[in-house]
Amino acid sequence: MELSFGPEYESFRDEVRDFITKHKDQQAPSGAGSDAGKSWQKTLIEAGYTARTIPKEYGGFGAEPDMVKSRIINEEFATARMPGGLGGQGISMLIPTLLELGTDEQKEQFIKPTLHGEMVWCQGYSEPGAGSDLASLRTSAVLDGDEWVINGSKIWTSTAHLAHWMFCLVRTEPDAPKHNGISFLLLRMDTPGIEIRPLVDMTMNANFNEVFFTDVRVPKDQIVGRRGQGWQVANAILGHERDSLADPNASLTRLNSLIDLMKTETLGGERLIDNPLYRERLMKIQGRAMAMRYNDMHVLSSRLNKDQEAPLARMITKLQGTELRHELEALAIDAMGEVGLSFGSNPYLRGGGSWQYQFMYFLGLIIGGGTNQIQKNIISERGLGMPKEPKIEK
Amino acid sequence: MRFGLSEEQTLLADSVTRFLADNVPLDEVRKVASGESSDAAVWQGLTELGVPGLLIPEDHGGVGLGSLDAVVVADCLGANVTPSPFLSSAVIAPTVLVAAGQREDLLGSLAGGEIRIGTAFGEAIGARVDADVKVSGGKLSGKSLFALDTHADHFLVATKGKHVYLVNASDCEVTDLPTVDRTRTTCEIKYNNVAAELISDNPDVFTEALDRARVVMAADTLGAAQHMIDEAVAYAKVREQFNRPIATFQAVKHMCAQMTADLEPCRSMVWYAGHALDNVPEEARLLACHTKAHLAEVGRSVSKTATEVHGGMGFTDLLGLHYWFKRCGFNRQMLGVPELVREEAARIQGLAA
Ligand SMILES: Cc1cc2nc3c(=O)[nH]c(=O)nc-3n(C[C@H](O)[C@H](O)[C@H](O)COP(=O)(O)OP(=O)(O)OC[C@H]3O[C@@H](n4cnc5c(N)ncnc54)[C@H](O)[C@@H]3O)c2cc1C
Repeated sequence: MELSFGPEYESFRDEVRDFITKHKDQQAPSGAGSDAGKSWQKTLIEAGYTARTIPKEYGGFGAEPDMVKSRIINEEFATARMPGGLGGQGISMLIPTLLELGTDEQKEQFIKPTLHGEMVWCQGYSEPGAGSDLASLRTSAVLDGDEWVINGSKIWTSTAHLAHWMFCLVRTEPDAPKHNGISFLLLRMDTPGIEIRPLVDMTMNANFNEVFFTDVRVPKDQIVGRRGQGWQVANAILGHERDSLADPNASLTRLNSLIDLMKTETLGGERLIDNPLYRERLMKIQGRAMAMRYNDMHVLSSRLNKDQEAPLARMITKLQGTELRHELEALAIDAMGEVGLSFGSNPYLRGGGSWQYQFMYFLGLIIGGGTNQIQKNIISERGLGMPKEPKIEK
Repeated sequence: MRFGLSEEQTLLADSVTRFLADNVPLDEVRKVASGESSDAAVWQGLTELGVPGLLIPEDHGGVGLGSLDAVVVADCLGANVTPSPFLSSAVIAPTVLVAAGQREDLLGSLAGGEIRIGTAFGEAIGARVDADVKVSGGKLSGKSLFALDTHADHFLVATKGKHVYLVNASDCEVTDLPTVDRTRTTCEIKYNNVAAELISDNPDVFTEALDRARVVMAADTLGAAQHMIDEAVAYAKVREQFNRPIATFQAVKHMCAQMTADLEPCRSMVWYAGHALDNVPEEARLLACHTKAHLAEVGRSVSKTATEVHGGMGFTDLLGLHYWFKRCGFNRQMLGVPELVREEAARIQGLAA
């Protein structure tokens, strides 16, 4: 057990802390496309605290990949509750995909504006008939001269209404086996023939949408990877998405907010933290959150040390992390009783309404990104080597 | 940075596991559990591997290793439901004697497996039923319940005030108290004004030993629960119903996946807790409490679910799976049930009075 990252990294940690102290009044920029968000992003890139390993020519900081430094940045920002850089599926999913599999022209054209918040993306994977069984998707793209002609529809497309571009999976080889007939295309959201209809989710926000395609024409070269390779292209980075859904450091930071809440909220004149029933639940969750934190260190270590493996530790993080966060938010709501119901314009909102919002949001994450039942299929089949169910031929 | 076991620790685990596989098969466990033989032979074998002296400094005849090494061994012992006085003689007793700097003359005989020291800590953790230990004029009276190791030569007895005394077993009336888990023995000790030697009146000494014991018990549960998952997965792959292996049924798969998802983080937690005991003193107490409590919960659910995966066979004595179930149960109750330990965790953080 050697938990120190070494002196070089400790001085890096000091640098990050200095930066945080200097910017301690930074508010979380609101709104995806806000100027404040873009300028904070620029500050972070210049300091090397976001887009750290993305090459300079594509608008990044251009550092060598270093998991430990990324980790330290993440830890220090989480502990200080300091807002991070821009997120979104363009930055978290498309850029890594392009860096790995895009052409030089694609990297040139898309990475820099995406990174700086000028080009916002949405992810068009799920369809009404293709959710967990994503590979059965049916939206089709047929080559006509120099253009793909797309017909079909997507659903649950987060931020489609704000996005300039979409990366999507479409069926281009209808006769091939289902996993080999898919291609990964890039398209502008203002292309004629695209219709977006908002879907209100349970938080009463229209964060996701239905997107309909009628003879949408897209230049032939807006494909990533080869024809029929879209499934492999998408899977190259799906794992990254899952890891980022349930960061244990964020859970522990949130737990501290819960403790603060329980020290200030009262029930019958008594602080919630002094109520043994709620305190017991708090301690139970703290124990689980700590276990997840050390699990995460184990995963990091297995990436840093070639001789170490921890496949199960990694496979279980989305399932356990999202459930844990959902329960953590639920405890805050329960402990507040009726006050915990407050929503919308209610003057008794606590934490800006974040407890109810996150409680629902994490239910969304339990379902999104591969449902937690699908995670269990993955753990049992890939992790424990249990056989697949017999296939039903249609 | 390396989060995990060292090469030496992996080798230690391998050698203990190999010894147990060769010498303590389930038949041997059954014999001890049924009272047909004692755990003396197993302990003798473990002594040859240096297990009793693991935590005893080299200049007192031990191996001089640390808490994480004890965690590694406990993991193996739990996986094999090994009958032994490891917790009392190899973990609690050496920790108390070394921390107190008293009766260090006993350490050599402990390391050599010549004596066994049991522990009666219940009074200091939370006395139950009619247990009650009184000290006056260097003499002990009253009784302890569920003390560890019926076959001990001496007992370390903790009082309400967390003072620790040493008594000779032969001076006391010791009666075996059978529990569901017969792989470790517990007893009632009656003290009739017996001579007691004060080992420590510093509550920190008691606490240091308790923290270590709790983490080691959690590691024992980790091993036992992992074994149960391995058995369940293996059984599911070969047992057929409806013309197919039950492992193809999603209900069964999801039970196995959930057990894995619950237990996997426990491994890292137990390792870190073991590490913290010796290296991160400011975190050690909180971790010891949370690790004990969390493993108790996961141990309970895994041992239940793994039994279910085996169907009726899981419920029988034929398979012997119940030894692991009971092992997890024992580790849950002993040295503080989860609710009590979590309250301690809250107190450590200033969240409870
Ligand atoms: C908040 C949120 C944001 C999202 N954002 C996007 C986005 O931006 N882009 C995008 O493409 N998609 C997005 N999704 C869609 C998401 O990926 C799908 O909802 C998810 O994959 C599940 O598909 P489904 O909704 O069709 O559910 P279904 O697949 O119909 O599942 C319904 C239930 O059946 C279970 N089930 C299905 N198959 C199995 C199986 N083999 N074994 C066991 N149980 C099974 C599921 O676990 C679930 O409980 C988002 C979803 C949410 C909730």
